[in-house]
Amino acid sequence: MKYTLSVLVENQPGVLSKVSGLFSRRGFNIDSLAVGVTENPSISRMTIVVNGNEYIVEQVEKQLNKIIPVVKVKVLQPGAFISAELAMIKVSCSPKQRVEIVNIAELMGARIVDVTPTSLTLQSSDTTERTLTLLDLLHPYGIKEICRTGSIALEKGADPTRKA
Amino acid sequence: MISGAEIMVKCLEEEGVSVAFGYPGAAICPFYDFLYRSSIRHILVRQEQNAAHAANGYARSSGKPGVCIATSGPGATNLITGIATAYMDSVPLVAITGQVSSELLGRDVFQEADITGACEPFTKHSYLVKDPAELPRIFKEAFHIASTGRPGPVLIDVPVDVQQAQVRSFVYPEKAEIIGYKPRTEGHAMQIKKALKAIEEAKRPILCCGGGVVLAGAREEMKAFAKASGIPVCATMMGIGVIPMDSPYYLGMIGMHGRTTANKAMQNADLVILCGARVGDRAVSAPRQMAEKARIIHIDIDPAEIGKNIPVDIPIVGDIRIVLEKMAEQVKNTVPQEWLDKVFAYKAEALLRGEPREDSVEPRVFIRDLSAMMEENAILVADVGQNQIWCARNFNVKEGRFLTSGGLGTMGYSVPAALGAKLAKPHRQVVAVCGDGSFQMCMCELGTMCQHDIPVKVIVMENQRLGMVREIQDRLYQGHHIATHLEGNPDFAALGRAYGIRAEEAWSNQQAKALAREMLDSREPFLLVCHVDPDVPTL
Repeated sequence: MKYTLSVLVENQPGVLSKVSGLFSRRGFNIDSLAVGVTENPSISRMTIVVNGNEYIVEQVEKQLNKIIPVVKVKVLQPGAFISAELAMIKVSCSPKQRVEIVNIAELMGARIVDVTPTSLTLQSSDTTERTLTLLDLLHPYGIKEICRTGSIALEKGADPTRKA
Repeated sequence: MISGAEIMVKCLEEEGVSVAFGYPGAAICPFYDFLYRSSIRHILVRQEQNAAHAANGYARSSGKPGVCIATSGPGATNLITGIATAYMDSVPLVAITGQVSSELLGRDVFQEADITGACEPFTKHSYLVKDPAELPRIFKEAFHIASTGRPGPVLIDVPVDVQQAQVRSFVYPEKAEIIGYKPRTEGHAMQIKKALKAIEEAKRPILCCGGGVVLAGAREEMKAFAKASGIPVCATMMGIGVIPMDSPYYLGMIGMHGRTTANKAMQNADLVILCGARVGDRAVSAPRQMAEKARIIHIDIDPAEIGKNIPVDIPIVGDIRIVLEKMAEQVKNTVPQEWLDKVFAYKAEALLRGEPREDSVEPRVFIRDLSAMMEENAILVADVGQNQIWCARNFNVKEGRFLTSGGLGTMGYSVPAALGAKLAKPHRQVVAVCGDGSFQMCMCELGTMCQHDIPVKVIVMENQRLGMVREIQDRLYQGHHIATHLEGNPDFAALGRAYGIRAEEAWSNQQAKALAREMLDSREPFLLVCHVDPDVPTL
């Protein structure tokens, strides 16, 4: 099962390696990790998607908390958060196929960001699930390159993760 | 104006550091130049790893963080095993390393090593200092982090140009402010209540002391709680010494090399109260099985330990001293006599092994003799291997300490750790016990002992074997003895004398006992070589 963790860290050198090193040395599997600064410039938020069971996610949470620059760790409850990831997909596309692919893009809420005589590049920001659907739909045309950021997530409502 | 190097020394002085263990090199020279002008006593070890072990022994004996220093590159990498040893046993250490100049970082220049990176898995926290103005905050934080919560080693890596750079002034912060670090010390009242109820309901309860009890300074609280509750106590290797071996309610050490009595009691209990014990595989081989048969209460200051190795019914996160004190106030003695009869029947079955010998020194008998001769508050430092288990099972720690590398199992720990312990407690007897394998990993420290006049007593159990590995080869590898015979040992006594240390050899238990008396009465360093039959088993 996949778990999404929202981790607030002090914005200092080495913190990313401390977090990623923890995953590798304790044998936890990381699906994706995305980092960016928060409303407070000295704090960054890491959104980490972990594949595992309850025992593993509890250990991940506790071990993350032991890292000194980690300020807060929260395992987000399914349904109680919104998440999205940015994906760029370069797909083979002859001029004849262009309309079909543009249709798919429209259907899936993706934007066309680059066009060449032989390819189209789509940009989508959506949930991981819908990103995967988009990839499935584009697969028959021949996907040349993909770049994905991994999920970022925020809790729904007025109760922010910042609150201790 | 003041230099980074001077600030570093001032920070140590502000922290009340009186002894530091180290080995200099080019990249740490500016710091040493100010140490030269300081009243801090510097102990020059003979290899950097031993600086960390000595700081470890010092920290465990004094209760204050130990300080060790090394230069960049190989100096720093030599420290790693010592840092990892301290990490596994949760010993507060502040390790300071020199580093190549900031502008050369990452270019693989002479004696450069990414030591903060290399030590990541073995440090509680680490710093690579980029700005000399940050030094006071970093030192304050380092000592705070090392010594609070679950203690551990903290590394400060300081590039040589940061040591040389000048800043305007030096102000040492009053306290460390770290937003992500607030260890919880008070146990949750609700959880304590639940634990007390479980104790009341239990028919076959047992207490298990780990190293956390010693680290928390909770020996008296543990004794008081055991007395008030009437629950029999066992210990892991790191928990040895919390309860004296001859206490009526003490069952002994658990685990692979533990006492059958203690293991049987653990296996048959219906309530196990783990106190600062992380349920390592050598202590509890089948934790899940145990959790199926018994309810588990786990008291630990590190929340990450709870549920890591064993499923827990009632977790209590907090300082063991505080938690046990609270629990002792409220607990009632409700332990059924039937259980106590059973447990103490196990204890009566346990026989002391070994008979005194005339042709060699029986090590188990000798350790019991030594134990009887030593002062109540003595510090025994055991190395790793058969000698460690002989000591753990036969040495009775009363008011003193039993120091050993329990977690990482680092051979060569004993002599340097004993040096550190003796400096922390100069008026106590400090004896290191090692095998001929482990002694050869740290015997260079005889030089340190002589140079700095540190009267540590060293006992070498010489059986010309790496005895514990040899036993594994006998048991699991059809007796294929490879790389476990130590032919080529020097004459250890002559080696001791070459350093100017009094050294004696014992060939029988009677002789060993008499020499141990002389050793303990002597005010100088002393090396006692005991010739041991290689066939004497570990248990």
